[in-house]
Amino acid sequence: MNNLFLTIDSGSIDWARAQFALTAIYHWLFVPLTLGLAVVMGIVETCWYRTRDTFWRDTAQFWQRLFGINFAMGVATGIILEFEFGTNWSNYSWFVGDIFGAPLAIEGIVAFFMESTFVAVMYFGWKKVSPGFHLAATWLTGLGATISAWWILVANAWMQYPVGCAFNPDTMRNEMVSFLDVALSPFAIDKFCHTVISAWIIGAVFVVAVSCWYLMKKREIRLAKESIKIAAVVGLVASLGAGMTGHKSAQSVAEVQPMKLAAMEALYDGGYSQGLTLVPGIEMPYMLSFMATNDFHGFVPGIDDILNGYTKADGTEEPSVEEKIIRGKMAINALAAYRKSKAEGAAEPVLTQQLLTLNENMPYFGYGYVKDKNDVVPPVWINFWAFRIMVGAGCLFILFFAVLCIMSFKIPYLSIITRRLLATVGILPETQADSNDIAALPAWHYWLAILLLPLAYIASESGWLVAEFGRQPWTIQDMLPTWVGVSDIESCSVALTFFLFLFLFTLMLCVEINIMLKQIKKGPGHKN
Amino acid sequence: MGKNNWLYKAFNFYRDGFRQMTLGRTLWAIILIKLFIIFAILKVFFFPNYISTHAEEGKESEFVATKILKQ
Repeated sequence: MNNLFLTIDSGSIDWARAQFALTAIYHWLFVPLTLGLAVVMGIVETCWYRTRDTFWRDTAQFWQRLFGINFAMGVATGIILEFEFGTNWSNYSWFVGDIFGAPLAIEGIVAFFMESTFVAVMYFGWKKVSPGFHLAATWLTGLGATISAWWILVANAWMQYPVGCAFNPDTMRNEMVSFLDVALSPFAIDKFCHTVISAWIIGAVFVVAVSCWYLMKKREIRLAKESIKIAAVVGLVASLGAGMTGHKSAQSVAEVQPMKLAAMEALYDGGYSQGLTLVPGIEMPYMLSFMATNDFHGFVPGIDDILNGYTKADGTEEPSVEEKIIRGKMAINALAAYRKSKAEGAAEPVLTQQLLTLNENMPYFGYGYVKDKNDVVPPVWINFWAFRIMVGAGCLFILFFAVLCIMSFKIPYLSIITRRLLATVGILPETQADSNDIAALPAWHYWLAILLLPLAYIASESGWLVAEFGRQPWTIQDMLPTWVGVSDIESCSVALTFFLFLFLFTLMLCVEINIMLKQIKKGPGHKN
Repeated sequence: MGKNNWLYKAFNFYRDGFRQMTLGRTLWAIILIKLFIIFAILKVFFFPNYISTHAEEGKESEFVATKILKQ
């Protein structure tokens, strides 16, 4: 079930999962750049609005052009995920009912009306609307994309922490009982803040990478230097923010998905005062307990604790997986009996008793399909390393943007001290130690900044790997495992579309990179 | 419809915008090709709605119950 290396003989479930992962990973190449670049181009245009210097207008138009390429390439790639729900995950699609559909529908409407309206003003309106209105349109384009992300993340968060719903045994669907509980789920808020703010890092790294390419080629110097200044501040704020929101996300995960946290840490035997593993063999004492509970001596359950049952810090007992399996089977049997009794016209007290048994055991419904308790353990090494790549890259970005801010802005004492320090350790040439010109650095500095762009994407995708691999085997946490949510379809048909997507996505990505590179080479002087 | 009508202005705004596009033409062509592939090929031939093609209309919940409860 948890095979990473798929073969053509693997069941449709593995192909359906692989196809969904492929589509989501591809879609996520575009979304963070859209969200991140929107902030940078908004700030650049604000500079133009305040100064009316045509340099800022040209710079804003240049970043908006790159934003447009990315936007055009990414648009509608997310729709394919919804097709996959209907075809490959039909049981799941029916089971989640309107809860999943409502946020996605709102997202579609918001995305269509808000983004399409303001994108048009942003591109067509430079000489047609007032500068203030144009600036508002630019910021609202970014806001529209961010609101779209909100609803998508609400839908995703519900799968990880299903709230605001009640299962209807007659329709076999979960029905929304509280829209606010779904839309303002604390899990969704944490996920949104962490995801969006980490997307800003990608936008900032992208701007720095493009600017560094110009500096290396000794052209568009002013655009590059000013853009780096803006990106350095956005990147520093975002990477610090990603650290803080990541801490909050980890606490949410510890609370509602303790198995995911245990897999992220490869923690088998939990306990109080747990240390955080940096890499195997190196540990920061007490830090895992702090990360999960805000208390250096807090209790963190390990994989074996969760499998065998444990006592929580508040004294309540968490049942073992075997107990949950028994209760899940009771829920499934009660549901089957209820539906059979109702079809046969059984008396009301019989139906009421069956419903009571179902409702009592519904929180463990999904466990009724688990044959072996170890099936509820997600792939540990993927979670462990994906988490470390994400956090490691995040820490590197804090350092990178902090140094970039110090190098780009003339901060009294701090800039010269940092430059002297960098010169002492050989990162900066001695001749540049007293200069504050970021355009006169050796080429390898610019190459290093350019190479951070793929690292930013790897870190961002790693975050999603943790989020999605960590919740395996659940499509809906504790309610529906993947092998029940999947459609009864031939694996070869899913495999066929998997390779079709692989081809199409690769082709589209090549086209985007090609157009993007051409526009970067043309520079801001060539207007659309 | 007068030239001061907001509908006329909005129409002109979009018409002039589309006419003046250069890179935008390429991007729109890519978007349209992509939408055609997604909706006219992928959706129609590769991604039918499984339940509506396998279950009788109005009997979807029974169909899903059979699938879920038989496991």
